[in-house]
Amino acid sequence: MESTLGRVGLWAIVLMLAIVGIAGAQDSGFAVHMGLIAGVAVLLIVATMTTFDPLAKAQSIFKMPPGPERYDDDVVRWGVIATMFWGLAGLLAGLFIALQLAFPILNLEPWFTFGRVRPLHTSAVIFAFGGNALIATSFYVVQRTCRTTLALPGTARFVFWGYQLFIVLAATGYLLGVTQSREYAEPEWYVDLWLTVVWLAYLAVFVATILKRREPHIYVANWFYLAFIITVAMLHVVNNLAMPVSLLGSRSYSAFAGVQDALTQWWYGHNAVGFFLTAGFLAMMYYFVPKQANRPVYSYRLSIIHFWSLIFLYIWAGPHHLHYTALPDWAQTLGMVFSIMLWMPSWGGMINGLMTLNGAWDKVRTDPIIRMMVMALAFYGMSTFEGPMLSIKAVNSLSHYTDWTIGHVHSGALGWNGMITFACVYFLVPKLWKKDRLYSLRMINWHFWLATLGIVFYAASMWVAGITQGLMWREYGSDGYLVNSFIDTVAALHPMYLMRAFGGLLYLSGAIIMTYNIWMTIAGYQRDEAPMADMEYDEEADRPLPANPQAQPAE
Amino acid sequence: MSFYETLRHFADSYGLVVIFGLYLLLCGWHFLPRSREGVERAKHSIFQEDDNA
Repeated sequence: MESTLGRVGLWAIVLMLAIVGIAGAQDSGFAVHMGLIAGVAVLLIVATMTTFDPLAKAQSIFKMPPGPERYDDDVVRWGVIATMFWGLAGLLAGLFIALQLAFPILNLEPWFTFGRVRPLHTSAVIFAFGGNALIATSFYVVQRTCRTTLALPGTARFVFWGYQLFIVLAATGYLLGVTQSREYAEPEWYVDLWLTVVWLAYLAVFVATILKRREPHIYVANWFYLAFIITVAMLHVVNNLAMPVSLLGSRSYSAFAGVQDALTQWWYGHNAVGFFLTAGFLAMMYYFVPKQANRPVYSYRLSIIHFWSLIFLYIWAGPHHLHYTALPDWAQTLGMVFSIMLWMPSWGGMINGLMTLNGAWDKVRTDPIIRMMVMALAFYGMSTFEGPMLSIKAVNSLSHYTDWTIGHVHSGALGWNGMITFACVYFLVPKLWKKDRLYSLRMINWHFWLATLGIVFYAASMWVAGITQGLMWREYGSDGYLVNSFIDTVAALHPMYLMRAFGGLLYLSGAIIMTYNIWMTIAGYQRDEAPMADMEYDEEADRPLPANPQAQPAE
Repeated sequence: MSFYETLRHFADSYGLVVIFGLYLLLCGWHFLPRSREGVERAKHSIFQEDDNA
């Protein structure tokens, strides 16, 4: 009873502070955010004081299995649900902004212009979809590989729900125009502070679980997860050093200025790719690919070289985002050289993942989850080749600021991050909800082909668009003047933008099929369908060849 | 020499050597003959006593 009172008191203080924040807010965005926090506080007070338990209600909606389990998987299940939800939201936002580029009339002022929805899309797919997948899988993997339950279970739940609050604050902020205009780090100072608290709690849960492990060796997937968590904490804190204009306002100014500011931003930006979208997802790869293939990773030592090479090289590659800018030439060259050096360890990792299937390649035909994983690894290889190539200054002079970059990012994000996440969710759901199998394997096949075709449309159209753009921008006439105006390039790209949007529609359709499949699995249904690996049996043909064939060809 | 230059020269001389040495040490550790067994065990560790997952 006393602890209940204490908790109610705490939420009441939060509520009061939020009301003070609303009253004194310097801008409407901050007021709305304080209103959101006040709403959360009211919900928590009601849930603590009465028998109203929103969490239990939600758990019954998602049919989460009750009762004690060997591992603490409750928060993993929530992570999987959140991954699916934010994935759909992020992909839908992406399709919307792709259509905005093709049809500018879709820019609905003031909240739904391209400039506001675009960060909503990037943050939703990277941090909401990818981040929830990483939190969920890391909690799943660290328990299995350490043979222990989560340390600090309460903190683990705080990490999950705190992260969702961060996502909601960030997303609503973008639409209201609250942004510090740093790519992939748009949330303003108070949201950044909140994320720092959540992230350090995440680090604490993960490290404490590793410390209480019952398995002497720390499996390599955990190395990748740990590197991802620690590095993201460091990147986030340094890049977001800023001075708020008012403690009750959303505006702040960066601690750095000029080219230092740009370099800090791209040191962050590139390592967000390197450690969030690469190291974290490689952790998923190193656990789930061997598990699904039921074979150990091809070379454990190669995975260790892969790990340390990424750690030592990635952190220097950021300056390649600032070629031909005010950044000193040596720093640009350094960024380019380290980017090229990254090619080999990346391909080492890709080969390691693919060769795990050595001797079991038939599974690519019979197991659609393995097929997705193989496609993910293939795209990991493709984008880690394309990236170093684009970082070469001569190539970059053509590609930078064009849609080629967008195409490159999406072959990595849709192909590598998306596919490996889908495969992991398909792997996890039957296990987490204690089902024999998924609702339908054939629907995974549909998902696979829609997603693959979508990426092909996306990447191919953006290659053509990017090179067209780059060549048109640099074209000089014999009179020494530029031949094309900017609007000429926009007109030239219109068909490419339509193809890109079509690719996005295909990819989103695949994700919708997945959602249906997952939903039906959770609901406990199994689709009546022919198995994937049926071969026709012809008894007539199933016999040895006769020793002396009667008919010989006349030669 | 300014503080910046001192740091910069340290970074591209001793700093570089130390980091490169550290990299080789961390990778090479697992190639020592005596770590063969540990690596082999770790490789298969995710398949042991694993009936819940």
